[in-house]
Amino acid sequence: MRELLFYFFAALAVVSGILVITRRNPLAAALYLVLAFFALAGIYVLLDAFFLAAVQVAVYAGAIMVLFLFVIMLLNLGPDDLPPIMTRKVRWVYAAASALLVLVFLALDLGRRLPAPAAGPAGEVEAIGERLFGAYLLPFEITAILLLVAIVGSVVLAHRESK
Amino acid sequence: MIDLNHALVVAFLLFGTGVAGVLLRRNAIVVFMSIELMLNAVNLALVTFSRLRGDLDAQVLCFFVMAVAAAEAAIGLGLVIALFRRHESIDLDRATLLRS
Repeated sequence: MRELLFYFFAALAVVSGILVITRRNPLAAALYLVLAFFALAGIYVLLDAFFLAAVQVAVYAGAIMVLFLFVIMLLNLGPDDLPPIMTRKVRWVYAAASALLVLVFLALDLGRRLPAPAAGPAGEVEAIGERLFGAYLLPFEITAILLLVAIVGSVVLAHRESK
Repeated sequence: MIDLNHALVVAFLLFGTGVAGVLLRRNAIVVFMSIELMLNAVNLALVTFSRLRGDLDAQVLCFFVMAVAAAEAAIGLGLVIALFRRHESIDLDRATLLRS
């Protein structure tokens, strides 16, 4: 059952990932990206990373995607404003496809040398929280500063200059 | 038992998809979505290795990656809005201000 669910979510993630970069309408791409994020959250649950699955849905599928959809609708692009998908950079298609193949073979080769999974604690909120507020307290606080700087920076960037 | 090797292949495929999106697309918003896709692929690889080693430190790193992704999305979309104000377009090929 777990394997079946894993392959379902894996296929969903990869297919919606490909749909994200092939849709011309950014709104459709954003919705497929939400689907990919949910599929990844499902994979996280199957890999015992429960806390990350919850954060994935809340932060990625929630906050970040709302930001994307907000900007897409704010810009209100018509069909004429959208750049074409395929560009003259077709040679990059070959470069990307061959790089992808190399990566997959690398992953398969790496997989043959993977050790057996070690039994360990599941990624539950309590276990992650202990690390986050223990050994990783300083990076956690720096993250807060980073987010503050990002907020100020995006307000400055998007601010309309008054003449 | 889930084959962790296959989880790794999924992560690599998603990362490759993100790279292809950044290289091929000219729509600035879709390029940012592709970057998010790449960050998610890295997260999946981290979770896979965390499961493999029975060690939760990689999942904490994942949490930080998500925080950085949120900051990056905020800044990036601010840039997209600024770009649109300047060029009335989000076509990245038209953003040539720094080209000499």
